[in-house]
Amino acid sequence: MDKVKQKDLILYSGLIILGLAAPFLFPGFKVQLTILCVLIVLAMTWNLQGGEMGYNTFGNILFYGLGMYLTASVQVGMFFPLAEWTESGGEKTFVHTTSQYFQGMGVGLLVAALVPTIIAGAIGYAILGLRGHYFAICTLGLGIAAGEIAGGIEIIGAGQGFTTPPFPKDIVDPGARGDFFYFLSFVLLIGTFVFIKWIYGSRFKLILNAIRDNEDKAEAMGIQTMKYKIVGWMVSAFFAGLAGGIMGGLIGYIDSTDVAFDGREMGVFMVLMAILGGKGTLWGPVIGATLFHFLKEGFWTLILGWQYVALGVLIVVIVIYFPEGLMGWLREKYPERFGEVIDEKDRKAQVELK
Amino acid sequence: MDFLIFKAPILMVQASLDGILLGILFALIAYGMALQWGVMNIINIAQGDLVILGGYIAYTMYLAGIHPAWGVIVSPIIMFFVGWALYKLVINKVVDRDLFISILATFGIAIIFQQLMNFIFGADVVVAQSEYGTTMLFDNSVTLPNSKIFSAVVSILYAIALVIYMKKSRLGRAIRATAQNARAAKILGVDTEKVYAATFGINAALCGIAGALIAITLTLHPYVGLPYTVRSFMIVIVAGLGNLPAVAISGMGLGLFEEFADYILGTEFRIGAVFMLLVFILVYRRFKLSKKREYLK
Repeated sequence: MDKVKQKDLILYSGLIILGLAAPFLFPGFKVQLTILCVLIVLAMTWNLQGGEMGYNTFGNILFYGLGMYLTASVQVGMFFPLAEWTESGGEKTFVHTTSQYFQGMGVGLLVAALVPTIIAGAIGYAILGLRGHYFAICTLGLGIAAGEIAGGIEIIGAGQGFTTPPFPKDIVDPGARGDFFYFLSFVLLIGTFVFIKWIYGSRFKLILNAIRDNEDKAEAMGIQTMKYKIVGWMVSAFFAGLAGGIMGGLIGYIDSTDVAFDGREMGVFMVLMAILGGKGTLWGPVIGATLFHFLKEGFWTLILGWQYVALGVLIVVIVIYFPEGLMGWLREKYPERFGEVIDEKDRKAQVELK
Repeated sequence: MDFLIFKAPILMVQASLDGILLGILFALIAYGMALQWGVMNIINIAQGDLVILGGYIAYTMYLAGIHPAWGVIVSPIIMFFVGWALYKLVINKVVDRDLFISILATFGIAIIFQQLMNFIFGADVVVAQSEYGTTMLFDNSVTLPNSKIFSAVVSILYAIALVIYMKKSRLGRAIRATAQNARAAKILGVDTEKVYAATFGINAALCGIAGALIAITLTLHPYVGLPYTVRSFMIVIVAGLGNLPAVAISGMGLGLFEEFADYILGTEFRIGAVFMLLVFILVYRRFKLSKKREYLK
């Protein structure tokens, strides 16, 4: 047991050192690394629903987009009139001082974490009562409706979009902006990972699995499934909201359907990443997101214009041929590595049966 | 209330007529969705994109100088083969599997279709002019494009033809048998694989007709497919599978809802209202069903 722990310790400290050193090793890829952290967070939180609970949601984009709009709105609204800001396109009329910027960001992220969590809790009872494909389509509708509605609200920029406050000019170091957002997202990633790892060791995860495997039976065993489903969704909403807030600041511009409630990209990406890595595992979404991000950044520019076609083909191929993902494939190949004990007799008997 | 529609009641007549004529078109798409859902148990997210592709076929004819109304005959024929090919390539691998897999796989297909249409036809909003003129009613206060009447008539004719075909023809009977019990149908000698391919082809053909009509009456754009999918999905949940009169009525209801939402909330919230209605319908259904469950206990 001790040996395993030691191995884990080396792995985790290695990863953390790598994460801390990454922006200095690859200073040209800071933005990409930041996006990678956010993608991993989104994939991990999606996995909590889609993988562990068996509720395939397209709706986590709702919390992501909400977080993005809330962070930016609070950051602006705390110091300046929001309506005038969006009307002027957020340019030059109002300038955040350094302390205002960071104060606004901090409060904004806090709001971006809490409000989606509360909303998830409030609508959870109605939405999570749906099962299977009805849930999937309903959450798809929620995400798109949110985008369409946000695109019609004047105060947050409507169709023209919303420029988030620019990084304070007083900080002269050109790399500071990249470092700030990278470490912010890295801290979020560590927080998410630690929290989800803790969930994986708890009874909560077993209950979520019970819901996935047979919800009616779980209910019959005396588990208040609805309560756990809502809590699970609130956890996802919390981290997705934070991820959205960071992304909003990083991109610097929020559009209702192309950036915030971007069901065509981010909303599909999170599902795809989790499935690619293997849903229902701790490391699956992490590996899936990393692999996906590398693939995407590596090939996106080569196939300019054909990205979406490639994305569509990738979705179809993954879903049809690798629904269990990378981890599922590894698990089938090396079950011993995953702590599964296979009886030799049983294995032989199965071979004979074929 | 400061809404224009309440100040000028004649607008209500306008909205109602528009809504009903539009709703018939939606019902046609929804019938295709109900067909494939009932027979193959898959939910096709690419439904709307098939519609738009059908529309672009009519638009291409229009560009070539042929009257786009011929699209209602040419487009379904082409789309039938597109649907058949799509079944052979992808859909046959997702039948009999988890519904979510079919949702995701068809989502992927939808993205491919959107992008390919964007390449071929460009990202502009286009319309195929039918030049049918407009009918003026009530002292010219209600305008009714004749193309909308044409589209409703064509939709109804095709729907009737399809119902008769499903009742009388051998393939139609095979499709209905497969929908009832695929295994039993297989035992009794129905080639279910062929039936599935034909069902998907017929669904795509229906989308092709609807698309050609949309090209004439409304507008086309590569990325507006998803709202059509959601509309047809909504109609099917409200009406149930394989109930054509209910599909027609809820289609018209949806058309009315949309036209009135357009006037009351404003055009920018139209699509948002459609998606919110979807959420409301699903949530309402969930509470209704959960009540029933408690009652049974």
